[in-house]
Amino acid sequence: MSPRARYVVRRLFQAIPVIIAMSIFVFLMIHLVPGDPVQTMLGFRATPENVATVRAQLGLDHPLLSQYLTWVSGALHGNFGQDFISHVPVSTLLAQRLPVTIELTLLSMTLAVLVGVPLGVRAAAKAGAVRQATEGFVIAGIAITDFWLGIMLVLLFAGIWQVLPPSGYVPFLQDPAQNLRYMALPVLALAFGEAAYILRTTRGAMEEVLGTHYVLFLRAKGVRERRVVYRHALRNAAPPIVTVIGIQFGVLLGGAIVIESLFALPGVGRLIVTSIQQRNYVVVQGGVLVVAILFILVTLVTDLIVGWLDPRTEEGDAT
Amino acid sequence: MSVAVVAAGGKPRAVWRRGILASRKGRWGFAILTVLALIAIFAPLLAPHDPNAIDATQILHAPSLAHRFGSDALGRDVFSRVLFAYRVSLTVAVGSTLVAFLVGVPLGLYAGYHGGWVDTAIMRPIDMVLALPAMLLAVALIAIIGPGSNIATLAIAVIYMPILARVVRSSTLVVVSQTYIEAARARGTRTRSIIARHVLPNAIGPAIVQATILMGFAIQIEAALSFLGLGVQPPTSSLGSMLADGRDVLTQAPWVEVFPGLAIAITVLAFNFLGDGLRARLDPKGVSE
Amino acid sequence: MSDLLTLRHVDVGFATDEGTVSAVSDVSLTVEEGEIFGLVGESGCGKTTLAMALMGLLPRTASVAGSVRFGERELFGLEAEEFRQLRGDRISMIFQDPMTSLDPTFPIGAQVAETITAHRDISKQAARARALALLGDVGIPEAERRYDDPPHRLSGGMRQRVVIATALANEPSLVLADEPTTALDVTIQSQMLDLLRDLRGRLRTTIVLITHDLGVVAQICDRVGVMYAGQLVEVAPVADIFRTPRHPYTQALLAALPSEHQEPGSLRVISGRVPNLTSPPPGCRFSTRCPYVMDECATVPPLAHETGEHLIACWLSEATKEAAHPDHASTGGAA
Repeated sequence: MSPRARYVVRRLFQAIPVIIAMSIFVFLMIHLVPGDPVQTMLGFRATPENVATVRAQLGLDHPLLSQYLTWVSGALHGNFGQDFISHVPVSTLLAQRLPVTIELTLLSMTLAVLVGVPLGVRAAAKAGAVRQATEGFVIAGIAITDFWLGIMLVLLFAGIWQVLPPSGYVPFLQDPAQNLRYMALPVLALAFGEAAYILRTTRGAMEEVLGTHYVLFLRAKGVRERRVVYRHALRNAAPPIVTVIGIQFGVLLGGAIVIESLFALPGVGRLIVTSIQQRNYVVVQGGVLVVAILFILVTLVTDLIVGWLDPRTEEGDAT
Repeated sequence: MSVAVVAAGGKPRAVWRRGILASRKGRWGFAILTVLALIAIFAPLLAPHDPNAIDATQILHAPSLAHRFGSDALGRDVFSRVLFAYRVSLTVAVGSTLVAFLVGVPLGLYAGYHGGWVDTAIMRPIDMVLALPAMLLAVALIAIIGPGSNIATLAIAVIYMPILARVVRSSTLVVVSQTYIEAARARGTRTRSIIARHVLPNAIGPAIVQATILMGFAIQIEAALSFLGLGVQPPTSSLGSMLADGRDVLTQAPWVEVFPGLAIAITVLAFNFLGDGLRARLDPKGVSE
Repeated sequence: MSDLLTLRHVDVGFATDEGTVSAVSDVSLTVEEGEIFGLVGESGCGKTTLAMALMGLLPRTASVAGSVRFGERELFGLEAEEFRQLRGDRISMIFQDPMTSLDPTFPIGAQVAETITAHRDISKQAARARALALLGDVGIPEAERRYDDPPHRLSGGMRQRVVIATALANEPSLVLADEPTTALDVTIQSQMLDLLRDLRGRLRTTIVLITHDLGVVAQICDRVGVMYAGQLVEVAPVADIFRTPRHPYTQALLAALPSEHQEPGSLRVISGRVPNLTSPPPGCRFSTRCPYVMDECATVPPLAHETGEHLIACWLSEATKEAAHPDHASTGGAA
């Protein structure tokens, strides 16, 4: 096996204990709830008979370890239990909700990268007006809270100008145009902040690379500046940029909770929050586990991409 | 007094002050934060109205002399509300970061200094926590324990502690490889003494920078949690819960939504500026993010 | 032999927060075609800055004055694009540290070929073939196999050879070599110098070798120019510089070289410090440390021909005094 392939396999193996630990933590959540979880879940319907029935249903009278193993083996088969209230399988709920969150994440990150990286490169390569403008953009993007921006956008586009809907969702396969109309404002709200981060990271990394000796030598060779910047500098500056993009991707997957709530997008984040409010722990467990695993996978893929970009990684673990 | 701190000009306090005043950004950040802190402390004196006083005659009035930031759906003065809400938000932000700092820094120091299995034992669980998206973790914690501003503070502290521990560990690793540490060991100085007098003052710089910046973001996280109803509970208001209130009257009275948001933005900005200013002095190699 | 490079009254200054730094002051010299010209001086004396000015690689904060004629062209005042076309084609520069001169993510062969395609309209295969030949010329063993290697697979000496191959790819008339051997082992150093000398012989390239190492100068340079604090103080053929240095600074430099006859524990040093270039002393910048300093030294001594080949800028020299005040030519009492 080539050194690169070995590196990939090794990282995959390293992710497994993390996922296992994650599953344990998520599993324990339901049992860390103070008081009797079943009573909390049932609320006012908590008659002793109901409590006993539900306990049996959820298998809560078995020892902890066997509960965990049952849950995990179920999860490995895609069975995360049932929504306690509606009796819909959690896996069905997740399958419905995950595409929404993924679409939101993909669109936001794409927009953020398309804006942030080129602007960051130009800000690093040229001083002057471009730099000042990007400085303001970075400051605004970092300081402004994404959901507040979302609300302001709603005020503008839905309230005053009335060109976009303030909330709601239509699946893409059902009606692409409408889907994009509903996604426009949440994507903008998220992408603004993300783009600022990506811009700042790009600018910083590019500045550092453009100051190196090899860039000086490239210029001394008479290579065109365009080529120096894009073919050489950007390639070398890529690792930290890709890392930040990867992190932001993972964060969005799990954390666009507020934006989803704000715009009434039926995504995984919103599902988890409403389930928490309903004390619907089974759903929370499944949702958190899936998101956590996705996050770990995204981190892994990012690491692999960064490793691929730097030829020095082949010679053992240079990262 | 440790070598590097002496080289920096004597007492740690001198390093601190020179760090803040050294750059324009740092000065601005410090100035704005001082003003903001004073506002938070003296909110009761500065507020022209009782923030919870309902007045049916003053419903949804635009900003005016009587109500500098306008009034909300219950006739309450938005300016006064922002002042008091700011207090709450800032307390949560500063408190949570401080707790994370006080717990995370020693952990990172020990992990970095001792290395080996101590390092693994401390950092493995910390890396696990870092493997979870922050908001999700906070929400999950609140799900277990229940909502409230103290829980929100705890949740943010839990998110921040691993970050600070990591930063300190990185800079500790650098410090520990320096020869003056070897020299201290060779003199037979006790470990506790080495860490306290030599490692800590030199490794703590990046953590201070990171903590400063994190404090700014903590306000945003608190706002997000309270916005969802998971943070402060009525009748207490924080900037986040005000943002939730403002939504209901968004088109009729945008000022209810605008001003709390601006307060958050200015605070994040100020903390970021201060952190950037400090970075030049305390974290030249950019260990913090 | 014709003059390839002529500098006249070249100044280079940098704008900084503390004021303007005068890095190069009123330097005039000529370099002949085919020679190896050594530019010597301690760190910070302006030799690298001068080379960067000749390449058009100075940062935006720099300002230049004077004239540089390269062949038929005037370099100062060229547009950025015109300068770019010259770089790597007619004039090349190689830098001190080979470990950091090559893009770590790019295969070495391609980095050589890139120089060619930047200036010639030829196919990729043709460029590759030429690059392979060049790698062989500079002494890279098994060039074919190593063509696609990333730089980190090569040792420092190998990397410097790649750098040289790159610099010579388009057979430039002038090569500026900034401390090309300083970062290398002593054994590799002499290999490198042999390589440079050999290439000069084969390709008739003119080389300006910038260094602070007088040993290197003695090995391959034909003529030498000595710089101090931005000023050019002496120019002479290499033998003359070592046998009969005329400028007090050059004399002090050579005296400071440790020799076998040295007493143990006694290194000769030049007392004093290099002046602050933001506010340099008026006149000769070595005056603050010169054992022969006189009142006249407050005015800049012009560079003048002490003998046919030997130039010096010092008020101690008759030639300088004549050049400055031609009507005060010393007649003296006797003829």
